[in-house]
Amino acid sequence: MDAIVLARMQFAANITFHILFPAISIALGWLLLFFRWRYLRSGATDVKQAWLNAYRFYTKVFALTFALGVVSGVTMSFQFGTNWPGFMERVGDVAGPLLAYEVLTAFFLEAGFLGVMLFGHGRVSERVHLWATFFVAIGTTISAFWILALNSWMQTPTGHSVADGRFVVESWLRVIWNPSFPYRFTHMLLASTLTCAFLISGLSAWQLLKRSAPGAAPRVLRVGLTLAAVLIPLQIFVGDQHGLNTLEHQPQKIAAMEGLWETTRGAPLVLFAIPDGQARENHLELALPKLASLILRHDLDAEVQGLNDFRDRHPPVFAVFWAFRVMVGMGVLMLATSWLAWWLYRRSGWTPERLPRALLWWLAAMTFSGWVATVAGWWVTEIGRQPFIVYGLVRTADVASQVTAPMIGLTLTLYVVMYAALMLAYVAVLKYMAEKPEDVLAKEGAEHAATPPAAIPTATVQGNRQ
Amino acid sequence: MNWMPFDEALPVMFMALMGLSMLIYVISDGYDLGVGMLMHRATPDEKDVMVASIGPFWDANETWLVLGIGILLVAFPKAHGMVLTELYLPVALMLIGLILRGVAFDFRVKAHAARKPMWDRAFFAGSALAALAQGWMLGRYVSGFGSGWNYPVFAAAIAVTLPMAYVLLGACWLIMKTEGDLQRRALQWAKIAWAPMVAGLVLISMATPWISATVRARWFVLPEIIALSAIPMMTGVALLAVRALLNTRQVLGPVCWLPFVLLIAVFVLSFLGLAYSIYPYVVIDRLTIWQAASSAAALKFIGVGVCISVPAIAGYTVFSYRVFRGKTGELRYA
Repeated sequence: MDAIVLARMQFAANITFHILFPAISIALGWLLLFFRWRYLRSGATDVKQAWLNAYRFYTKVFALTFALGVVSGVTMSFQFGTNWPGFMERVGDVAGPLLAYEVLTAFFLEAGFLGVMLFGHGRVSERVHLWATFFVAIGTTISAFWILALNSWMQTPTGHSVADGRFVVESWLRVIWNPSFPYRFTHMLLASTLTCAFLISGLSAWQLLKRSAPGAAPRVLRVGLTLAAVLIPLQIFVGDQHGLNTLEHQPQKIAAMEGLWETTRGAPLVLFAIPDGQARENHLELALPKLASLILRHDLDAEVQGLNDFRDRHPPVFAVFWAFRVMVGMGVLMLATSWLAWWLYRRSGWTPERLPRALLWWLAAMTFSGWVATVAGWWVTEIGRQPFIVYGLVRTADVASQVTAPMIGLTLTLYVVMYAALMLAYVAVLKYMAEKPEDVLAKEGAEHAATPPAAIPTATVQGNRQ
Repeated sequence: MNWMPFDEALPVMFMALMGLSMLIYVISDGYDLGVGMLMHRATPDEKDVMVASIGPFWDANETWLVLGIGILLVAFPKAHGMVLTELYLPVALMLIGLILRGVAFDFRVKAHAARKPMWDRAFFAGSALAALAQGWMLGRYVSGFGSGWNYPVFAAAIAVTLPMAYVLLGACWLIMKTEGDLQRRALQWAKIAWAPMVAGLVLISMATPWISATVRARWFVLPEIIALSAIPMMTGVALLAVRALLNTRQVLGPVCWLPFVLLIAVFVLSFLGLAYSIYPYVVIDRLTIWQAASSAAALKFIGVGVCISVPAIAGYTVFSYRVFRGKTGELRYA
């Protein structure tokens, strides 16, 4: 295979693996803060204990998720150079500072507050610990801010000028607040929240089936389902706005998403097709007439530009077309699931024993549905930017490395095997933790005992040992 | 005295900061990786103590690598591309090692108990792979990515020496942070690791000027060589002191911290020697600091963030080491 295709696959494998974990940790930080707050606000002892258990259990999930996010993020900081050495050479003055601020922010958060949050339980006051949790949550969100600012700039670049092939920043405000950034940032934050909502609903459903975590699971399930039921309609609205923004700035991406080859008045909405990039047509097309024009232009007879207007400047159609359908399909399934489950749960008076077991099984099956939708969405937007790395300005092929195809193929295989194993391990450990939360929390006690004493004065500790 | 204009000095400052990050990374993750490479020699209970002794630190330690490589990426984009293209395969292997090691930290205590030995093996393998790859990368980098039969041999020598240095550092960390049987065993491990590490260091110090004309020209000229000879001499004294200490009884008691501190001095001195050899290049003989640097405007913009964050990071690091100072306790299963 082509070295550049392999390099793209490798980078895609890595960012796909990486995004799974921030997609959880961005929102999980805020959920932890919520659990922590409910714990502090609750009166009855058993309710208080339930929220504390939820907090401690999901702190473990957060720690594991964060660790996987860190290690795969480290990989990414290297792959910019190994896979796209020309990228930083040309747009380094734009991308560099944004990445630097992301690293410094993440750094600051990680160094400053994660340690206190994970190891400082019971060692610092409740207030300080609550603040530490807050800073971890805000830190992950700020991290996402910088990364999405850069990503959006690569999609809709503004605020720069080009001199001798190198990009120079004219206005940081316009670089950061480029046209697609507010949409992409909102879309991603909601995606993360929904991923988390289904994760905690699914894990709680599994705990209810296995009769573990009796106090926390029903409460967490209610939080998860409510979040999902409220936010999915909002996400659909934001997604639609994001799509209209894309139509304005990257029309060929929309054409690929719709599988539309020729510029058409009253363009049809293609439900199913096998787009063929060679023949430049769709096979087995099933379409609803005029609906795409209605959705995109809010007018049945409006014109929508087709891919043939953008020869050599449009993305591979098959991948974008299908990734988009997977995302939308999963979104609809998530909407139906959350509304039905929320309604049934409410009707049962929030007593999980009265819920049909099939529903709990279904929710458990949907645990990672947010991952599918998020990854599919990222594939749409990232593959949809091709063949450019900076839309309309820098082609991916022009910044690729000189590393040979077999070498890239070898490392790609190594990465993919390891990522697959780690994903399997992650899911297996979450399942195990959900089934035996008390074991995991007991081990936490052992871990604490083994860690050198924190705020305790050394003299006391030495005294104890003698 | 003739001062450099600020815009010209800016890349040098970033280079210094990058070097400092890398030095802190090598020392701090060095003892982590060293402890990881000693894991297979310990009993299961000892493994728990060993992991607990590095538990609160490793995460922050690894982020120094991100900061270092991040500065290379954003401040010296050309060098980032050139270095990482040259080191493509070892970088991939190191990353795989670091990923394995990093996730094993969490998985070994969270997964089913039956899976723990497997994650411990992953911890060992990941640490060893990362250390070997780093040694190879250092060797290739110092010799300017030259081609010819002698260059790979040189890199291979460093690839073996650096893990040895990490193991020694890790063993001295354990002497400092643990007590009882584990501490005595760590002492044995340190004694075993000392000789090969020193032999490697001596060989490399002799081979570096032979392999690179640039390095030779910088070191072997009068009068510089007189002042510079302080570096190898102090390194030698520190290493001999470490070895002598390992034979004393006090090393298990009041001066348990001294071998570790002396080793840090060895790392710092080696780093200074290396920095002197390479300056003003980023990639030896191929790319100078100024050729590789981003525009002054971009560096200034990053500089603001650096000035705020780095002192905060340093402050926290000091705080964290103070909070978690003292011996790592035995495991008490509740």
